[in-house]
Parts: sequence; structure tokens; C-alpha cells
Amino acid sequence: MNFSFPTFPEAQSKYAEQVDWLYAYLNAVTFFFTILVTVLIVVFVTKYKRKSQDDRVPWQHEGKWLEITGSVIPFFLAMVMFFWGAKLHFNNRIAPEDAMEILVTGKQWMWKVQHPNGKREINELHVPVNQPIKLTMTSEDVIHSFYIPNLRIKQDVLFGRYTRVWFEADKVGNSHLFCAEFCGTEHSAMVGTVYIMSESDYQAWLTGEGAMAGDSPVEAGEKLFSSLGCIGCHHNGTQPETPALQGPSLVGAFGREEEMNNGEKLIVDEDYLLESIVNPNAKIVKPYRENIMPTFKGQVTETQLMQLIEYIKSLKGGEQTAEQKTGAAGS
Amino acid sequence: MATATAEHHENYLTELKTIKSWLLTLDHKRVGLLYLFSIVFFFLIGGTAAALFRLDLATAEADVLSHETYNKLFTMHGVVMIFFFLVPSVPAVLGNFLLPLMLGAKDVAFPRLNLASWYIFMIGGTFTLVAVLMGGVDTGWTFYTPYSSTYANTNVIMAALGVFITGFSSILTGVNFVVTVHKMRCPGLTWFRLPLFVWSLYATSLIMVLGTPVLAITIFLLILERGLGIGVFDPKLGGDPVLFQHMFWFYSHPAVYIMILPGFGVISDVMACFSRKRVYGYEFVAMSSMAIAVIGFFVWGHHMFVSSQSIYAGMVFSFLTFLVGIPTAIKIFNWTATMFRGSVWLEAPMLYALGFIGLFLIGGLTGLYLSTMALDVHLHDTYFVVAHFHYVMVGGMMMAWLCGVHFWWPKMTGRLYSAYWSKMSAILVFAGFNFTFFPQFIMGYMGMPRRYHIYPKEFEVFHQMSTLGASIMGLGLLMALCYFTHSWFRGEKATQNPWYAFGLEWTHTQTPPITHNFEEDPVVTREAYDYEDESIYTNEDKARA
Amino acid sequence: MSADHHDHPPYQAHHFDSMEQQNQSSMMGMWLFMAQEIMFFGGLFAAYMAYRFSYPAAWVAGASTLDVNLGFINTLVLICSSFTVILMVMAARKGSDKGIMGWLVATMVLGAAFLGIKYVEYTGKFDHHLFPGKNFDTHYVMGKMAAHPEKYAEFKGMGIDWVHELVGHESHDHESGDKHHGSEDDHAKEGAHGDAGDHGDHGGHALPADATAPLGIALYFGLYFAMTGTHALHMVIGIGIGIWLLVKTKRGAWCSEYHPYIEYFGLYWHFVDIVWIFLFPLLYLI
Repeated sequence: MNFSFPTFPEAQSKYAEQVDWLYAYLNAVTFFFTILVTVLIVVFVTKYKRKSQDDRVPWQHEGKWLEITGSVIPFFLAMVMFFWGAKLHFNNRIAPEDAMEILVTGKQWMWKVQHPNGKREINELHVPVNQPIKLTMTSEDVIHSFYIPNLRIKQDVLFGRYTRVWFEADKVGNSHLFCAEFCGTEHSAMVGTVYIMSESDYQAWLTGEGAMAGDSPVEAGEKLFSSLGCIGCHHNGTQPETPALQGPSLVGAFGREEEMNNGEKLIVDEDYLLESIVNPNAKIVKPYRENIMPTFKGQVTETQLMQLIEYIKSLKGGEQTAEQKTGAAGS
Repeated sequence: MATATAEHHENYLTELKTIKSWLLTLDHKRVGLLYLFSIVFFFLIGGTAAALFRLDLATAEADVLSHETYNKLFTMHGVVMIFFFLVPSVPAVLGNFLLPLMLGAKDVAFPRLNLASWYIFMIGGTFTLVAVLMGGVDTGWTFYTPYSSTYANTNVIMAALGVFITGFSSILTGVNFVVTVHKMRCPGLTWFRLPLFVWSLYATSLIMVLGTPVLAITIFLLILERGLGIGVFDPKLGGDPVLFQHMFWFYSHPAVYIMILPGFGVISDVMACFSRKRVYGYEFVAMSSMAIAVIGFFVWGHHMFVSSQSIYAGMVFSFLTFLVGIPTAIKIFNWTATMFRGSVWLEAPMLYALGFIGLFLIGGLTGLYLSTMALDVHLHDTYFVVAHFHYVMVGGMMMAWLCGVHFWWPKMTGRLYSAYWSKMSAILVFAGFNFTFFPQFIMGYMGMPRRYHIYPKEFEVFHQMSTLGASIMGLGLLMALCYFTHSWFRGEKATQNPWYAFGLEWTHTQTPPITHNFEEDPVVTREAYDYEDESIYTNEDKARA
Repeated sequence: MSADHHDHPPYQAHHFDSMEQQNQSSMMGMWLFMAQEIMFFGGLFAAYMAYRFSYPAAWVAGASTLDVNLGFINTLVLICSSFTVILMVMAARKGSDKGIMGWLVATMVLGAAFLGIKYVEYTGKFDHHLFPGKNFDTHYVMGKMAAHPEKYAEFKGMGIDWVHELVGHESHDHESGDKHHGSEDDHAKEGAHGDAGDHGDHGGHALPADATAPLGIALYFGLYFAMTGTHALHMVIGIGIGIWLLVKTKRGAWCSEYHPYIEYFGLYWHFVDIVWIFLFPLLYLI
């Protein structure tokens, strides 16, 4: 192949290279069987060309060997494809702990991206190299799909749900960013660029001029926490604790395992926080009471929900004391 | 050299010639021809849509069409080609014509139902055409929600109704065929003496009966949602857009087997005839059609790996999809082995059959890439998928249909067509097809998304190859339309069995057949494809040089 | 035409070799048609199952707006109509045209009664704004929920928390688990909410100001109308076919050996009945 006639997009992560190896295996199998069958056809057509109208073919005994080998060998080749593909996909489904989280919202017809420090961009994604990045994504309307070809990743985004995908790029450079699920008139215009940069370039970009800077999600979330009254029931570390608080303290809550009133144990993650804000009675930490926290469904936008959750995640600290817990339950 | 075909009787074409006798016919052969004219008409519409958008795609910018028009054109191309060309192509045209003949029967089990199927098909097609005339639909043939149910402002309901109605045509044809195969076989024609074409039609009919109703209910709910605001798939009302995808693909995956299985049957019969030999591994080929029909109902989730479907469900679907490919692989090997130590001659039907084997092989193998989960994440919704399904649907199914039409044309019309032009056309179609779609595999892996009107400049060279290839293929197809039209009116009259083919339809009926097919009810004593038997080589046929 | 000797019954079609072949073919075709009807309704049942699993509270709430008595009467009506259908088929096998027509009319009357009751139910729903779409309003549903709050004890969240408060009044002994119905402060809060609520036509419980409809309630009604509507459509088609059969019977189309469409109508009617036997518990009895 001519070098200026590329057939592979650049592979900008280890994962992308692994996908390319899998692709190479499939290409090998495909080429092999295509050439094999083509050659056989050409050979048979010439070698057994009909000589005259009176050519008669005597009945031939057929063994079962062709069908058996023709089933077994392709089956094994296919099983390699299945296991390799499933394993590669399965092993890469959960982001590492230290992944930097970036929020993505798709809407007709643009991608809105927000970095941890608040910096926002549209139809562009700047990321540092050699850093796991986790994208938490949603849609404001129809189904879109976030596709970065050079990283070989893609994930549909839906309204009312968060979907996630992660990657760790290892080569500086740019990749296309495409919407890969038909979403209406401007679907083919919902494209952009992913800029994979060195750490220093990324920092420079992050703090520099350019795409809209605003409150970081955490800062915005803090303001909401106050204005919506959350601070009335949930300790957030900014004022002295009182035993009589109606709701559990959120300091250090994220990532902690909590026991619910029905005995179920779960880890406090984004989904639980989201659920607790819109359906507070669904799962309540022991021993707090039901029907105290109102629902905020309809009162906060998708973006505000994300900001609140980011803020809660930022509250690091210790366990609640037993006294604080029983104090709340006592009356 | 020329022999006059002994016209012992009027045949089904000449017996009655009024329009009424055609529009109210109960003769399965005429119903088959009605379908032939209809689907060629729809093919031209779907093909024109493709020609238009391929023209615009030759450049990276939008210079011929607006975004809306482009979106409407690819949607109509998909809807028309799938529901109004591919699904009925072999079953409704060749199946209707040939099934009773191959079984030694006078007609299908329910002739009036058969005619009704055609009318239902035409009514559905009319609704869809009205949707086009009213401005078109732009959701893609897959109608994904919530875009199609809430956001699109095009004629979704009208187009969806067209598909809904045509579905019933499919169901009724399926019912008809299953009963015909079970109950109308002539004496001596046991299951394992049936032509493989019949086996493939039988498997197809089972899918048509059991799968199509699920599409019907899915479209019905979509119409309720869009028309009355009943939220079933709309997330803003608590509905689940992924449920739509599950229900849609539950039919639409088996639908691809509806489309291809009859093609497999055609290839089997043609390979046997033009190798002068029984199809290798007859039983395996017959049962593999049934296996594909059954397993094919359980793989639909491979269209949804990135939809937020559970990864565990995805693994099950991936595994089963690999399984369903194995019976198909066996067919490919068996067809190739049919030629081994055979006596091969290359007329137009055989050229199409050999082209089918190569192109379907590539198409099927590239399906494996898409079943492989990690690869599919990268390839989903790119041109790789477009190339894959065009290889199986066009390089595969369309060529199989053309193969069948070329093979059985003399029997259906009593005429021959130009051997020279038919071979030219086959070569043009084959070459043009590859030029059109092979570059799309490469583009796809490079990341070119599908359903894109404008695109990054680096993909332009691939698109240009594709458009050029499409022109060549279009030329080949137009050529076929020309020589078939010529043949219909002025073609050389055919002898009874110009291919010296085996099968009741060739050996026991006149060419073209009389209205009630057989002078006397046939009795079958031989296995299928018994090409050693001398009696298929009648003197009349031998006299034809 | 064909060289047949007309030694076959006049009602044997020319493409069949024998009546046996014709009858077997027709019966097989009918069963295949039934199979595809099962797949058709199956899609609806699948959607029902999927959403019921996700929104159990809405399902209980929605079902509470249905009149079980009417549903039960309808079930009896259909079972009777299946019985009259059997009698119709038996009459046909005895060659009694009068019998066919009589029992067929009885069946259709029962079918019409079913549709009549459905009409009553539907108009009730429209009056209460329960048809999804622009005029959808959940006050009626919430009123029904308030009348029997104990039914929602096991559900958390899903927009129905306010219902749990109402349980506190009358039946907290029934509650299991670790709910605390706490201090007088809480009762005062609940009382304040209660008075502020609205008093729709819902069995006397005032709706608190923060009452919301359960998540997925629109889906419940969407599926309710889709499922019962499709079923009712099949009933209407059945009655239409019945009228056609009446005409044919009057013209003497059948005899004791040959009355295929009577038999197929019987099958069809039984099928529509069986669909209802599934619909009734799934929608009404929960």
C-alpha cells in the first residue's frame, strides 16, 4: 500500500493498538478464505470445463469430511475471534481509579464538554497524554454517539441516563471526533477534534485563554448546595456539625460503603447521588428517616445535577461519628 | 438449427390477455410476474435515490443536495430497497412462480390469499410513495427513537404505515408457502428429494410468519407514540428508546435471513445445473437453512453493542452470531465442492452464481468483524457496516436474484435473452459492485461514519471510487433491463429445457407452462439433482446448438 | 380448462387433489396465522413486562383506576362467548344451519356486550383524563393512590413518597421494617401538608401539595390502551367476520362435512378470548 494512502487511522492509545491487532487477525482469516475459495473456483471452472453436451458426470460418493472440517475449523477460528474480542472489550469497561473525569453532553447538533476545572469547550476535547480519562456523558434530546476513531472508542449517549467510556492516550496528536448515531439534519456537522497534548501543553491550554471559562463544576455545585437548601440537612464541612441534622453528612461520603435502611449495602457513586436528589426515598442510609428530603426533580437541570454531584465528590473527609448518627435518629 | 417450440396448448401467458385477467388472476405464475414488475419499479426508485446521493457524496462538501434532502434520500433508499425489493425479491417473484411447479402441484395452497398478498404489498408501497411525495422521511430505515417519535418533522407515520401494511403481505406469503410445502407435494416427493430452493423457501417462510408480526407491533407502537403522544419509547415520559431498538432488531435481524436464504436456494439449484452434478452435501445444505432460521432469532443484540445494552447480554449475542455463521460457511464449501469433478459451463446464471459465492463470502466474513465486540465498538455506524451489508445484500442477494431470473427466465417467458449481453452485464455488475463497496471497508476502519452528508476531505478519494463504481454497476443493471425487455417482446423462443436442468419445473411442464401446470400429476421416483438421468436431455433440446 | 371429471365435491378447489388435502391445508394455514398473532401480541406483552419491572409502583397505581368488577364481567362474557362458539361448531358438524346462525348471533351479541362494557370503561378513562397525550392528567390516579396508600408500602422513590405519609394515619401497625413515625413535630408537618392539598374526585383523601404521579404512569396507560385497544380491534374484526358468516350460512354455504370458515372462526374467537384471559389479570389484578 502506498504510504500516502492510509488504511488505518493512527492508533493513539495502547488499547487502539490492541484493537488493530485483532483487526489484523480477522483480516488474515478473511484473506485466507477469500483467496482459497476464489482459487478453488477458478481452478475448478477451468479444470472441469464442460467439453461437450454429452458430458455426463458419474455419481460420486461424498464423504462427510468436508462438512466436518468445514464446520470445525471455522468454529475454532471464530471462537478465537469471540474470546479475543469479548475479553478485550470486557477488560476495558471500567476506568481506573485515578481517571480524570470529563463531562460530555450531546445535543442537536453539538458536543458540549466540561473539564474538572470548569473550562468548557464545544465540539472539541483537549486531553493530556498518558492520563486515564473517563467521559461521563448524557444527551439533552435524541440518541447521539461519541466516537473517537484514533482511540477506537465509541459510546451512545441517551437522555435521562449517564453512559461512560474511558481511554488513556499515549501519542500526542489529533483525532477526529464524530457523532456516530443519526440524530437529524445536522448529524454530519456534529463533528470536531480531539487534541491529545503533552501534560505541559494541556496545563497551558487549561489555564489559558480560549474556550469559555466559568465556575468549575465544583464551584457551581457549591453555590447550588447552598441556594437549594441542601446545606440545611447535610453537613458539608463548612460549618459546625450538629447532631440534629436530618440527613447524613456528605463529607467523604462519595466512594464510601453505606448500609441502607433495608439492609442493602452499596457504594455511594454518581448514580446513587443522582437518584437521591431526584428520588430521595428510593434508598436511604441507615438510620435516617424517610419522607424528610424533598425531591428536586424538575427543579434542577441536567448540568446542575452534574455540578452538585461534582461538588459532593469534592467533599473529602472522615467518617461520621456514631454519635452524629444516633443523634439524628433519636428524636 | 432453430426448432419451433411445440405449442401444444395455450400457455399461462397467452390463454387470457385482458387486464382484468391479470389483476384478478389466481394463477401463482401470474402473481409472480405481477410481483416482478412491481419490485423492478421499486428497485428503480431506490436506485435513483442512491444515484442522487452518491453523486453528492463524490465531493466532501454539500453541493447537490441540502442536508434534509440527503437524509431523506438515504432513508428512502433503505426503506424501499429492503421492504419493497429485497424481502419480496426471490420469494414473491421466483417462489410464487416456481414453488408449485417444483412440487408437482397445480397452484399454491391459497391462491386467493396469494393475490391478496400482492395487493397488500402494493397498498403498502403506495403509502410509502405518498410519504415520498409529501416530502419524504429522514429518520433512516431504522426509525430510531426518540428522533423518529418526537423530534423528526417529516412524514414518519405515513412511511411507517407503508411498511406496516407491506409486512402483512410477507406474513401471508409465508403462511401460503409453508402449507404448500407441507401439503401439496406430489406422490414420491419426500422432504429429502426436494430441490434445495424449496428448502430455503420453507426456512424463509417460517421466519416471515414468526418474525414480521414483531415488526408490526413495533411500528404500531411507534405510530401511537408519534400520533397520540403515548410515551413508550420516549425517555421524557419514562419510556426506553433502547426498548425500541430491541423490538425493532428482533424482527430486522431475522429479516436479513428472509432476504438471503432464498438466494442461497437459487444458487444451489444453479450450481447443480451448471456443474451437471448434485449439490455436494445436500442434507447439510438443507438443514443449514433451518439452523440459520432458528439461530437467527437469537442474535439481534449484535446491532446494539454500544447502545448501553448490558455487556453480558452483548457477549451472549456475540457468541450466537458466530454460531450462525458456521452453517453459512458450510454452504460456501459445499457449493464450491459441487464443481469438483463436475462438468462446468459458464452461462449468465452461472456467472452470477460464482460471483455470488465470492462476494457473499467477503460479506459474510466481514460480518464476523462486526460480531467481535471490541472491533464493533470502533466499526459500528461507520462505512464498514455499510460495505458489509451491501456485500451480502447486493453482492449476495441481488446477484442471487438476478441469477435466478436469468436461470428461470426461459421457463417463465418462453424466450431466450442475448447470451453475449447477459455475460457483459454480469461482468459490469460484478466489477462495478466491487469498485463501489470495497473502498467503503477501508473508509470505515478509518472512521468515516455512515449517514454523513458532508465529511472530512481525506475520505474523498474513497467516495469518488465508490461513486464511479456505482455508475458502472448501474450501467450493467440498465443493460439487463434492456435485454430482458427486448427478450420479452422479441426474444428467440426457448426450447422446453434450454439448460437441460433437473427439476419438475423443467422436465414435466411446457415452456412456458400451461395454466394448470401439469397435464398429468407427476410422480417422483428419483433423488434431487439426478443429473445422470438421460431423460432430461430431450431431443428437442439437443437439436438446439 | 382442466380435464377433471367433477367427481369431487363442488366445494373442493381445483388445485387440490382431495378434500382431505384441502381441509388439512386450510387448518394448517389457520394455525400458522394463530402463531403469528401470538408473536404480534407477544411484542406488546414483552413491552409490558419490561416496563412493569422498571415501574412497579406505577403499575399498581394504574391498575387501581380499573374497575375489577367490569373486567371480571367481561371475562365471564368472553368465556360464555367461547362456549357459544363451541355450540356453533357442534351445530355445524351436525349440519344445522339454524344452529349455526343462532349460536353465531349469540356469540356476536356477547362480543358486542364485551365491547359495550369496554366503551363504558374507556369513556370513564377519558373523563378522568387518563388517555396519554396532551390531556393526560394524573389527579385521578393520585386520588386513587391516596385512598389505598398501604398498597405502595414496598415501593421507594418513584415519585410516590408522599403516599407513605398517608399510611401513617391509619395503619402504621401494618408496617414492617424500620420506619419511624416519630415525633409530634412530624405529625404536625403531615397535617399541614394534608390541608393544603386538593380535593379531587378520589374517595375522600385530600391530596398533599407535593403529590406527584408515580414514574412511568403514562407508560402504564399507554400500554393499557395499546393492549386493550388492539384486543378490542380484534373483537371488532371478529364480529365483522361473524356478520359475513351469517350471510354465507343463510345462503346455504355449509354442510355437515364442509364448513371450514365456521371452524376457523371458532379458532379465531378462542384465540381472542385467550388473549383476554392473559390481559385481565395482568392489567386488572396485578
